[in-house]
Amino acid sequence: MLFLPADTGAVSVGADDVAAAIEACSISQALDVRIVRTGSRGAYWLEPLLEVATPAGRIGFANLSAGDVPALFAAGVPTGAHPSCLGLVDALPWLRQQQRLTFARAGIIDPLSLSDYRDTGGLAGLERARALAPQAIIHEVVASGLRGRGGAAFPAGLKWQTVHDTPAAVRYVVCNADEGDSGTFADRLLIEADPMQLIEGMAIAARAVGAAQGFIYLRSEYPLAARTLDRALHVAREAGVLGDGFDIAVRLGGGAYICGEETALLESLEGRRGVVRAKPPLPAREGLFGQPTVINNVLTFAAVTEVLARGGAAYAGHGVDRSRGTMPFQLAGNVTRGGLVEVPFGITVRALVEGFGGGCASGRPMKAVQVGGPLGAYLPESQWDAPLAYESMAAIGAMLGHGGVVVFDDTADMGEQAQFAMEFCAHESCGKCTPCRIGSTRGAEVIGRLRRGESVAASRALLDDLCETMELGSLCALGGLTPMPVRSVLRYFGHELVPAMPAPLGEEVPA
Amino acid sequence: MRTADDEVDTLRDLLSGAEAGSTPLLPLLQAVKQRVGHVSPGAIRMVAQALNLSRAEVHGVVSFYGDLREAPVGRHVVQVCMAEACQSVGCRALMRHAAQALGVSAGTTTSDGRVHLEAVYCLGNCALGPAVRIGDRVHGAVTPARFDALIAQLGGTA
Ligand SMILES: Cc1cc2nc3c(=O)[nH]c(=O)nc-3n(C[C@H](O)[C@H](O)[C@H](O)COP(=O)(O)O)c2cc1C
Ligand code: SF4
Ligand code: FES
Repeated sequence: MLFLPADTGAVSVGADDVAAAIEACSISQALDVRIVRTGSRGAYWLEPLLEVATPAGRIGFANLSAGDVPALFAAGVPTGAHPSCLGLVDALPWLRQQQRLTFARAGIIDPLSLSDYRDTGGLAGLERARALAPQAIIHEVVASGLRGRGGAAFPAGLKWQTVHDTPAAVRYVVCNADEGDSGTFADRLLIEADPMQLIEGMAIAARAVGAAQGFIYLRSEYPLAARTLDRALHVAREAGVLGDGFDIAVRLGGGAYICGEETALLESLEGRRGVVRAKPPLPAREGLFGQPTVINNVLTFAAVTEVLARGGAAYAGHGVDRSRGTMPFQLAGNVTRGGLVEVPFGITVRALVEGFGGGCASGRPMKAVQVGGPLGAYLPESQWDAPLAYESMAAIGAMLGHGGVVVFDDTADMGEQAQFAMEFCAHESCGKCTPCRIGSTRGAEVIGRLRRGESVAASRALLDDLCETMELGSLCALGGLTPMPVRSVLRYFGHELVPAMPAPLGEEVPA
Repeated sequence: MRTADDEVDTLRDLLSGAEAGSTPLLPLLQAVKQRVGHVSPGAIRMVAQALNLSRAEVHGVVSFYGDLREAPVGRHVVQVCMAEACQSVGCRALMRHAAQALGVSAGTTTSDGRVHLEAVYCLGNCALGPAVRIGDRVHGAVTPARFDALIAQLGGTA
């Protein structure tokens, strides 16, 4: 049996062509092979990664192209004797050193096979939840210490409790699969590799709060994930995982970043412009169509299956401080071994980008690491020993967000990055608050002036002022956090942003 | 070649199942865009009428979402990711190359109507950038040479 990912990343570098070449080869050589199209293990630096089942386990052949296939299959199905063989995939240090709870099945099972899912521990959480009272389910989630993985890190149990306790005839469960942050792809990877886990997690939530209808709001930039999800929902309905009092519909986004913000997402689901709503009321009290609504990220729902299957206490056993469990970090950008790294909270930036990542793909020195998406800080080497956890990132004026970690080499122009942060905000602002809508445009202009060395002192003062106004005067984190990447550039790379300014390393006040 | 009459027929077909108050607007507009390629002012009028909404309301939604364009664009939409992870591996240079090779700037269509080039912010392929989406296919690790090859493969009239 052969395994080859049909994941967006793998396909983007030729996995479908490799599959076609193998089919052609097996016909011409009369080989009896079946290719299971899995999701990806997340080892994107090895894609397309072909795996061949052997009695000892699956052996891997990495970075294949269609042109490699005839030689690879010249002597029949390739074995460990072939020079390009990586050996047992499970034994690769890059994978062995991870602690995969949520992504344990990714790249291993057929994403659309419910029996594969069940054989690898799937549905145990839902079965246990069905035997528990709703309040007991919520107790498990509270005990796990699970915080939302979408970015804001709000305790999941508390949210579910609020929805449970709010009197209403109708309640909803909504999955935020908008994943707009650059450098993040874990939601997509999970949906393409193990969609049943998301469906199971949402079904558990529905039981806990008494919801009959769920929605998955998926961004339109993910066409392959959309197809996989549709098929998986069909399979789940046929098998009775869904349908018995709870069903899920998929809605595609319209290409607007702000629709990842939960209240804008709800507006969009209701068919309107994705404009942020003022809170309170919280969506947990008045959410979709004014009804109490659980809205969680893909990875939060996925983690809940593990919490229910093994108990909240077991999940809470991983991590540091109030960052419990594991976190799927996404290692991206200019990095040698990019991909999904799931480890307990508390790993340092350096261990991630140097240990797992192996430095820059360009072979040049690493200069900056942006953590937490477009609203996250750019960290210089002096900050790479900081542990990746919610509290420790906040302590250095940074944030974890959805776990995106983007590596830049020494050719990066940090002034350009700071300017882009403002431009992105201007492009994606929902338009409700002036500081965000207008301030970001002014911010990009001021940074442009600074970069050209025009009226440096005045521009610098104006930029600080603008950042403060955006932080204090914005309704949501798009306007409120855009100053974070900007300030991190001023603080750590200020000498680059304004060549005329002496290097004031670490002298600015952190955000 | 699609005619205005085809468009009206397609819209009637889509709207026949839609009812005021019960059909979600965004999925309906997405279906229009999927089938027609864009959401024209005429389509906005028909949708507003069918769902008993004001034209301004529907227009407001169409203009908010980047995916829902009001005018037709090129036969092939080519999106180059311009977000941070792709920036770190050279998407700015790739976009400059793309613009030059096609003779257009980002957000515009070649004069023969063949290719519409646009910037997009993250295709979820950030570990394998620079990323480019053409139709429903995402391509990773795209070099200028690979970009040219991908464009060359696009049919002239498809
Ligand atoms: C500008 C902005 C964009 C956001 N984008 C996303 C997103 O793409 N995906 C996501 O899950 N949460 C996103 N969030 C966070 C959501 O508002 C919300 O906190 C989350 O969906 C709750 O789920 P969780 O508690 O499971 O994380 C965003 C927030 C803001 C302010
Ligand atoms: S901060 Fe920006 S995106 Fe957020 S509500 Fe205000 S205008 Fe909208
Ligand atoms: S940043 Fe380009 S695909 Fe994510």
